Amino acid sequence: MVSSHGTSGMLGEDGIHVDMNHLKSGEVNLGTSIMAINFKDGVILGADSRTTTGAYIANRVTDKLTQVHDTIWCCRSGSAADTQAVADIVSYHLNMYGVTNSEAPTTQVAASLFQELCYENKDALSAGIILAGWDPRHGGQVYSIPLGGSLHKQSFAIGGSGSTYIYGYTDAHWREQMTEQEGIDFVRSALQEAIKWDGSSGGVIRLVVLTKNGAVRHLYLPDNGYTGPGVTN
Amino acid sequence: MPGFDFSNYNRNAALHARGVPLPKATSTGTTIVGCIYDKGVVIAADTRATSGPIVADKNCEKLHYIAPKIWCAGAGTAADTEFTTALISSNVELHSLSTGRDPRVITCMTMLKQHLFRYQGHIGAYLVVAGVDPTGTGLYTVHAHGSTDKLPYVTMGSGSLAAMSVFESTWQPDLDRQGAIDICAEAIKAGIFNDLGSGSNVDVCVIEKDQPTQLLRNYMKPNDRPQKERNYRFQRGTTAYLDQRVISKEDMKKYVTIETLSGDDNLAAGDNMEVDS
Repeated sequence: MVSSHGTSGMLGEDGIHVDMNHLKSGEVNLGTSIMAINFKDGVILGADSRTTTGAYIANRVTDKLTQVHDTIWCCRSGSAADTQAVADIVSYHLNMYGVTNSEAPTTQVAASLFQELCYENKDALSAGIILAGWDPRHGGQVYSIPLGGSLHKQSFAIGGSGSTYIYGYTDAHWREQMTEQEGIDFVRSALQEAIKWDGSSGGVIRLVVLTKNGAVRHLYLPDNGYTGPGVTN
Repeated sequence: MPGFDFSNYNRNAALHARGVPLPKATSTGTTIVGCIYDKGVVIAADTRATSGPIVADKNCEKLHYIAPKIWCAGAGTAADTEFTTALISSNVELHSLSTGRDPRVITCMTMLKQHLFRYQGHIGAYLVVAGVDPTGTGLYTVHAHGSTDKLPYVTMGSGSLAAMSVFESTWQPDLDRQGAIDICAEAIKAGIFNDLGSGSNVDVCVIEKDQPTQLLRNYMKPNDRPQKERNYRFQRGTTAYLDQRVISKEDMKKYVTIETLSGDDNLAAGDNMEVDS
């Protein structure tokens, strides 16, 4: 995913303006497969675990599912540094919100914070984020915030370089109001397919299930064809 | 305003576009590693510093002090690793003094990543942060752009691939102190021997709970240079000569002025000489 700049350095066509639309050389990249879905009782987030610097896998067991509040989590894709920084800032604001209002923030509030940061700093960031959360008022919700900083509420969202391979798969197999087990199977098999075809995705599959009972983590290893061990907390 | 001056950045980039090479920063081709074990954490580094193809220092220190129980191994631009760790070390101590608590590894890692992210990768510091604190053992990598990873064993620098191959083939989850030191030293040796940017000796730092931190400087010297078995000193009289003439002091006085200096015999004559008279 990191492009070589040839003799032009980091400059655009005119030779003066700096082209920000690429990863800085040596930057850590999340060439990724991520997704989040709505199901009957809440949401499920899923991600592979590969981070790369060029052709080298810098971390094969990365956790791309990041908690920003009790039951609001996000999937990160793009630059590792940028998405970690954005998630840390949102996490800080949501914690402040929770304390000052004595009430947990809604997923929509978190989505707005993410959008604000991603849109206002769009020239400096390469961050593709899928946000998913459960709150008592709205239940489960999934938001997608792609590169430009737009915000899309969706019934399910896929993202990262690996997602291009599973548009057909997810569209053909998607059903509203799945059960938890059906939802887990849907996410896991879709990510398994994305990992199979995308060279920048791989490692383990991590899931987080968000319901009124809180967050539950799942782990699926490649050793046994992504069938287990399952729940890890 | 404190901080860096980027006013030459666009000029350099524009010149570069016209074929002028960009100014070269000195960087340390490096192997650094870290590994946790049952009671603590070990980090290790090679000791070669390079500037371009030249070995600038054969025995430099790449293990940096942050706090008594938090240490950092640095790769990338030598000056940046040095100054970044020194700055964070200072801030960590002030923070620890104001909170009245022992500093935490995660605090240090967060301060480093936020500092490096602010400079968008222009500070070329690639770090392995390790230590023990009241919450337990910590081991992180911090990249120059500000991304971090948390893993049981880590490698960084140009020799990271060679070092990682050692961890991936021999690491086990239940290492003891000596086991962790051994695997770290072995990983650094893999970097020293297989990566051109790394070389010379192995430095190791062991951080353990309820035990003073040990900096094992030159823990291994796999490239020690022994006494040469032969030398090029020729015996007196090796060179043949055709004629020999002894010029007396009196003869010399015909050509130059000779002044005999009085004073301490231990001093070389030149030390006493006055250049301006």
